[in-house]
Amino acid sequence: MAIKQTIKYDSERDKSFPQEIMSRPGCEKLYGCIQCGTCSATCPVSTYMDYTPRQLMALTRAGFKKEALGSLTIWLCASCYACTVECPKEIKITDIMYALKRQAIQEGIYPKRFPIPVLAREFYNMVRSKGRVTENFLAVMMFLKSNPIAAIKTWKLGLNLMRTGRFAYKLDSMKQPAKMATLLDKADTGWKGGAR
Amino acid sequence: MKFSYFPGCSLKGSGRAYEESLLPVLSALGVELEELDDWNCCGATAYMAVSDAAGYVLAARNLALAEQKKQDLVAPCSGCYLVLNKCQHYAAEYPDVATRVQETLKRDNLTYKGTTKVRHPLDILVNDIGLDAIKKRVTNPLKGFKIAPYYGCQIIRPYATFDDQHNPVTMDKLFKALGAEVVTYPLKTRCCGGSLTGTVTEVGQNMSYILLREAMRRGANVLATTCPLCQFNLDAYQGDISSDYHESVKMPIVYFTQLMGLAFGLPAEKIGLQRCIVPMDLKPAAALAK
Repeated sequence: MAIKQTIKYDSERDKSFPQEIMSRPGCEKLYGCIQCGTCSATCPVSTYMDYTPRQLMALTRAGFKKEALGSLTIWLCASCYACTVECPKEIKITDIMYALKRQAIQEGIYPKRFPIPVLAREFYNMVRSKGRVTENFLAVMMFLKSNPIAAIKTWKLGLNLMRTGRFAYKLDSMKQPAKMATLLDKADTGWKGGAR
Repeated sequence: MKFSYFPGCSLKGSGRAYEESLLPVLSALGVELEELDDWNCCGATAYMAVSDAAGYVLAARNLALAEQKKQDLVAPCSGCYLVLNKCQHYAAEYPDVATRVQETLKRDNLTYKGTTKVRHPLDILVNDIGLDAIKKRVTNPLKGFKIAPYYGCQIIRPYATFDDQHNPVTMDKLFKALGAEVVTYPLKTRCCGGSLTGTVTEVGQNMSYILLREAMRRGANVLATTCPLCQFNLDAYQGDISSDYHESVKMPIVYFTQLMGLAFGLPAEKIGLQRCIVPMDLKPAAALAK
């Protein structure tokens, strides 16, 4: 069992981190959080999270960058917006989750081979190269880069999709996907928290 | 009535039954959908997790294409519907986002002003066409159908544009107009698990199980959905869910447009009903009479 420091000193907090997150569109109201826990109560995934949404808001606001960006919570958020709608302080919690995900990907602080960030990256790559997404190809890429063995278990699902004509045998694409990729890269360049 | 139409990736892929039923149903009611030429992926939930600026450009390009035609844009998939709406809200609220989007699209000779309205088919059906006109078109009332109306997340959250955010009723009214029975379904806006079903299977399947079990307990014989991802999650994993939870879970999952098609007397294979992995009984009244 590894011995870890469990209590943090004030000097170890990254005090610029909350400012950085709050500078992203949609994330301004983080400091208004009253820690009421309505977000955690409405969240259908909070039972699986390492930090509940309320705890994550507190960690982010206090500058616990490593804990916030390294959490499973941000990846488990399924984007159902229940917290955002119910928050009495009108904090867009879902959008803060997105800002944290983007930061985690850029800084490379996310659980490697964990399928959710892998899916996000593969989705991004497929859109950049084709302009569209072909679902079953995306699923294959995700499995290859996270857990190839898990793919084997999905054979029955694949057969069911083929039987019902819901399986795609070739990649869908825009007419000129390269043009789209140029646009996307242009959009990202120099943008705060952009991917390039 | 004529609209621009944004199918999105799912309606051309695993959710093609949605498109196959939507087009003939709307056409029977005098609505024409014109597919956007060379549309691109809306960005969905995954893109925002990597890049927000490029995500807004993805959505805005489609909106700009509809603006060119001076048409409102119909987005049937809940994911697309939300992302397109979100882009418009953010471009209106944040000048930085608007400038970035406009400057980027200029390179593709497109302009984005934010004048196109994003519309959901349910909104058009109930508010533009009206239930009376729909009732008149019903030739095959849905007798014996006990429907759990499942709205999911993204057509009512965070932006509730055409229905109540906590207790949406558009589909409830629609199904009653088709002659069906609507069961009380309190989980109608609970999340299905979204992409978690494909990534962290045990979490996603638990969320789907909760929805399926509730529909069964409430006595539904079919669950109606508005979203290709909800349809997929709830339909495709019932075998796995049954064995994991040691309980026989069996519930056909169809699009609201397929139920409309059936009530309009369209043949099952013309409205994609053969694409359900869990098949739906087309004459449940007979089964109930036994």
